[in-house]
Amino acid sequence: MATNKSQHISQQFEKELQDIRSRVLAMGGLVEQQVTNAMEALVTGDADLARQVISGDEDVNKLDVSIDEDCIQIIALRQPTASDLRLVTGILKTITDLERIGDEAARIARMALNLAEKDRPKKNYRELHALGQHVSGMLHNTLDAFARFDVDAALQVAHEDRQVDAEYESIMRQLMTYMMEDPRTISRVIDMMWSARSLERIGDHSRNVAEHIIYLVEGKDVRHLSVEKMEKVVKGGE
Amino acid sequence: MEAVNQNKSAARAIDIESMQRGPKLNLADETACIEIKNFNLFYGEAQALKDINLTIPRNRVTAFIGPSGCGKSTFLRCFNRMNDLIDNVNIQGELLLDGEDVNSPAVNVSDLRRKVGMVFQKPNPFPKTIYENVAYGLRLQGINDRQTLDKVVEKSLKGAALWDEVKDRLQSSAMGLSGGQQQRLVIARAIAIEPEVLLLDEPASALDPLSTLKIEELIYELKEKYTIVIVTHNMQQAARVSDYTAFMYMGELIEFGATDELFTNPGKKQTEDYITGRYG
Repeated sequence: MATNKSQHISQQFEKELQDIRSRVLAMGGLVEQQVTNAMEALVTGDADLARQVISGDEDVNKLDVSIDEDCIQIIALRQPTASDLRLVTGILKTITDLERIGDEAARIARMALNLAEKDRPKKNYRELHALGQHVSGMLHNTLDAFARFDVDAALQVAHEDRQVDAEYESIMRQLMTYMMEDPRTISRVIDMMWSARSLERIGDHSRNVAEHIIYLVEGKDVRHLSVEKMEKVVKGGE
Repeated sequence: MEAVNQNKSAARAIDIESMQRGPKLNLADETACIEIKNFNLFYGEAQALKDINLTIPRNRVTAFIGPSGCGKSTFLRCFNRMNDLIDNVNIQGELLLDGEDVNSPAVNVSDLRRKVGMVFQKPNPFPKTIYENVAYGLRLQGINDRQTLDKVVEKSLKGAALWDEVKDRLQSSAMGLSGGQQQRLVIARAIAIEPEVLLLDEPASALDPLSTLKIEELIYELKEKYTIVIVTHNMQQAARVSDYTAFMYMGELIEFGATDELFTNPGKKQTEDYITGRYG
């Protein structure tokens, strides 16, 4: 019942909750931009953009700390209950995952810096580009689900994470064959592997956020469950 | 290598089960102390309680919460027929204590109130000594044996977590105690006659935060022996002390369930709005 439309009697409390919510969305938007820019830098070999992403991680960290502080303040001073409590604890966990997504974006940017100095492969990192787009879309949908407290959209994210995992597996196999075919590519391919790994992790963190959304809206804990079980718990009221 | 193996077995030796939360409270697992069936109460024409069905579990703390005028105190007063004292009250339905309807003509009200003790918002010690306050109920029953009284007074004051503070001045007037001490004295007086149920009507709302915590701690200890029903305006207090919470609104029982569930994920929107402080 986090979609509770009625207003708090305390306008100040209402404002505080609205405020952390909108800052989580701002943080999500920033993180999403970081991921997009990191992938752009990797695919195009844009070293400047990569450096920008690396330094931009600082902003993500700052938001993480300040939203965290405000949540603690609300718990200490307002003693939230029910949907308010779930909102605040859900946000505390969500920003941790967003912050880690930011870290992965910075990691991809560092790989982009490395790769920018090396020969460009013929395919121009097309496989990574596809995975990156998929993961960015997934992150975007996650933030959308958070903004609208949309449980169905959150479940959809969990589904997508499975596809991302499968794509990641196949990229790893492909990269392995490159190394076997031509050992001179090993150094470059290792950087690609790290990047793919980071993208896969971003998918996992997005799924975590989706789970937090389900908790804060429905009050149901769906962590560590298969997608099928998750759906059952949410839909079947298990 | 051996060290590694040892570490592995050490890791396994941690008992994960014991670190999990205990099983959640479930009404289905409780034994009933008081059963309320299709209960209605009218003050003249005005209906104050509407068709209430509820089972109060034994040896648990059950809290009634709800906005002013929702009927929670009226309801609590039905448990030991305090409403008998008010004119024009009309009651329908059953309120069974250990299976017997408290409103049946066969029930002796004095016996009932001995079984169902009550503590009010304002501490109401008698203008007597501390000792006589606690011994009062026993004297009413005709028990005047000094040794028995001494024993019961000490036991009750200890039970109410007041003994250490008053043991050296049992013969001083109870009126000289602080508000928090007076309230614990009243609780000692209530438990001296070993009731089955303790009704607490806003027992801490006139007390400072530290005295409040002492009362709350006391409630936690008392539930070993008694079934406790508490009415409180302070929702955080209900959340802290009770095992089960009933939310009442406009004379109706809206929701009743385990406190931890009700305060994290209530089933009804009215409950949600009330405990989160929203406009209904």
